[in-house]
Amino acid sequence: MDNMVNVYLFGKKYSVPAGLTIMTAMEYAGYELVRGCGCRNGFCGACATIYRIKGQQQLNACLACQTEVQEGMYVATLPFFPLVKQVYNIENIKPTEQIMMQLYPEIYACIGCNACTKACTQELNVMQYIAYAQRGEYEKCAEESFDCVMCGVCSSRCPAGISHPQVAMLARRLNGKYLAPECGHLKDRVKEINDGTFEELIESLMQKPIDEIKELYNTREIEK
Amino acid sequence: MYKIEKLNELAKKVAEKRAANADLEPRRMTAEEKDTLLAAFHPDYKQDEFTVLSAGVNKGEKVPSQLAELLQGKSRISADDVDLSAPDYETDVLIIGGGGAGASAAIEADEAGVKAMIVTKLRIGDANTMMAEGGIQAADKPNDSPAIHYIDAFGGGHFAAKPELVKNLVTKAPEAILWLNKLGVEFDKEPDGTMVTTHGGGTSRKRMHAAKDYSGAEIMRTLRDEVLNRGIPVIDFTAAIEIILDENGKAAGAVLMNMETKELLVARAKTVIIATGGAGRLHYQGFPTSNHYGATADGLILGYRVGAGLLYADTLQYHPTGTGYPEQIFGALVTEKVRSLGAKLVNIDGEVFMHPLETRDVTAASIIRECSERGKGVETPLGKAVWLDTPMIEYKHGEGTIEKRIPAMMRMFGKYGIDIRKEPILVYPTLHYQNGGLNISVDCSTDVENLYAAGEVAGGIHGRNRLMGNSLLDVIVFGRDAGKNAAAKAKDMPVPEKLTLAHIEKFNNELAEAGVAGDTVSPMLLPHYARK
Repeated sequence: MDNMVNVYLFGKKYSVPAGLTIMTAMEYAGYELVRGCGCRNGFCGACATIYRIKGQQQLNACLACQTEVQEGMYVATLPFFPLVKQVYNIENIKPTEQIMMQLYPEIYACIGCNACTKACTQELNVMQYIAYAQRGEYEKCAEESFDCVMCGVCSSRCPAGISHPQVAMLARRLNGKYLAPECGHLKDRVKEINDGTFEELIESLMQKPIDEIKELYNTREIEK
Repeated sequence: MYKIEKLNELAKKVAEKRAANADLEPRRMTAEEKDTLLAAFHPDYKQDEFTVLSAGVNKGEKVPSQLAELLQGKSRISADDVDLSAPDYETDVLIIGGGGAGASAAIEADEAGVKAMIVTKLRIGDANTMMAEGGIQAADKPNDSPAIHYIDAFGGGHFAAKPELVKNLVTKAPEAILWLNKLGVEFDKEPDGTMVTTHGGGTSRKRMHAAKDYSGAEIMRTLRDEVLNRGIPVIDFTAAIEIILDENGKAAGAVLMNMETKELLVARAKTVIIATGGAGRLHYQGFPTSNHYGATADGLILGYRVGAGLLYADTLQYHPTGTGYPEQIFGALVTEKVRSLGAKLVNIDGEVFMHPLETRDVTAASIIRECSERGKGVETPLGKAVWLDTPMIEYKHGEGTIEKRIPAMMRMFGKYGIDIRKEPILVYPTLHYQNGGLNISVDCSTDVENLYAAGEVAGGIHGRNRLMGNSLLDVIVFGRDAGKNAAAKAKDMPVPEKLTLAHIEKFNNELAEAGVAGDTVSPMLLPHYARK
């Protein structure tokens, strides 16, 4: 067959069509995946994978569902990595520097090697967002880490034992709940609904004959 | 750049007409035009792709043929395979499924002070919720109201939804957003806190709230974190394969199977919530899908076998803009938000052939017509597709808009050398959502007592077509309600006694009598993609 490439799944050689992703190449090879396969679309982080091209030093990390196979690719999937997730009550904590020190003190042991950033499957600046977390700059940490899929490859490469995705998760929740501006029109609307403001109107819509509601729908004004 | 030179050439035609196309405001179709279009080109109208059920509650009704085979499939076990007298797990509320609805239900059940437990065949968060990109609807702006949201949702669903479910959806929407925000979910906001909202297909007000184009991921990872903070047990890589009833025919637990060791386990519960999601991985009519690996309709099978009826199981949503090319991401979702931000659909000649924000069923049918009857599709090695002119977004809103508002899309195509800021992308409908499902009442109860359903597995909320942003909303609103109601019910009842799996043999007999007993085993649990 034309256009086949050799890949080494956990060291074993398989010949697969070029153009497949690592995930579909595994299935082509005959694997029935249970672990290491999730959304198949780059959002869930289930298929973290480490690979090295034969003859090269560089160790690469990727999501198996989002990465095309290459000739001579040595592949090891990382379907689970023991991240440390600390438990907290979001209602009782405050967005201060102390909370990071208390829950994830190991971030202050970061040696600045930047292995996390190099390993990130989403090409995020992981070390930078950890630096923001160290300084209690949760808004920046949240923004920098936003596209994280929590695959855990960064943590697998960290000499300081940091669980970066969990640190970022905490920062985003602190930012979303405490730091981002409150939405006035949302609170107002919830109050109006609780006061029963729309009750009668909606009830009347529910009672309308189908032709009347069709007319309402087909002639409704659409905001530009 | 596209690897196929011909596509780069055709893309130039799109670029040439971009300025003129950007100024166009294409006319919306009339109700009659939409009806004619749907009947001729929407996959739901292809009668030979459906099978009439011969057994069970919905006997005589049609469902997609692949689903019929599973609904009328045989159990993975017989009643003798497990010892129901010695359960491995005891809980008040058993939640099957670890997506948005399951996690929301678990949090609310826990909040109500009962014991909740999640079982999921993969990991918590491995769900379509995680993949929802575009946003979540809620009528919370001054020019909008839940009543307007009601009309949009009810009309978009072809006036088939259960009115009381639509009312529940729209009136609890702002509260759902507030709840998420208080849990720490980040939403796109202006500096003064005003929500950044856009249109979705078929909305009459801009009420789509988003967290970039990771809206579902942001919601799901926060819910997951909250479930873990609360110490709610999550039994992962463990599928529910049968619902257990008590001697009075009420739900009382489930038989579980470890996905790796195949060990069978028994969970006893006072109430059970099915929150297993959709069915995209059944690939109805051979379509690719935007769905999660585990979207195999398991909950419909579990419920149907114990007597819970289905509603609108014959209506599916084909998302108009699945990726048409390249092959590595074929069928993957291109969020509707791309069109909300101003990108238009364009044919091979560079012509805008429709208003980009018609409802999803109409848009999908229109793309299929463009690629078939009208012969105006772009040929790729994977089939026909149309252009979605993404550079038009930055033409209209300025450089940097794409990276800020739809980074996931930029990344997804960027991995294959396509810069969506500079090049238009190729799209074709992909199987996206199960509009129908287990028939529920407004309290999320099914036809079987103590058995609840929430999320995509439930039917009736969206009628025969769902609007963008009403699914993330539905999983939160109905997920929470299911958790509260199942918890309240569990509080007032004793632990169920005399558990039974007698329904398995009863259903087998019904299949045999109807002459449809076959070899297919269900629920399916995972698709079979390994090459034999």
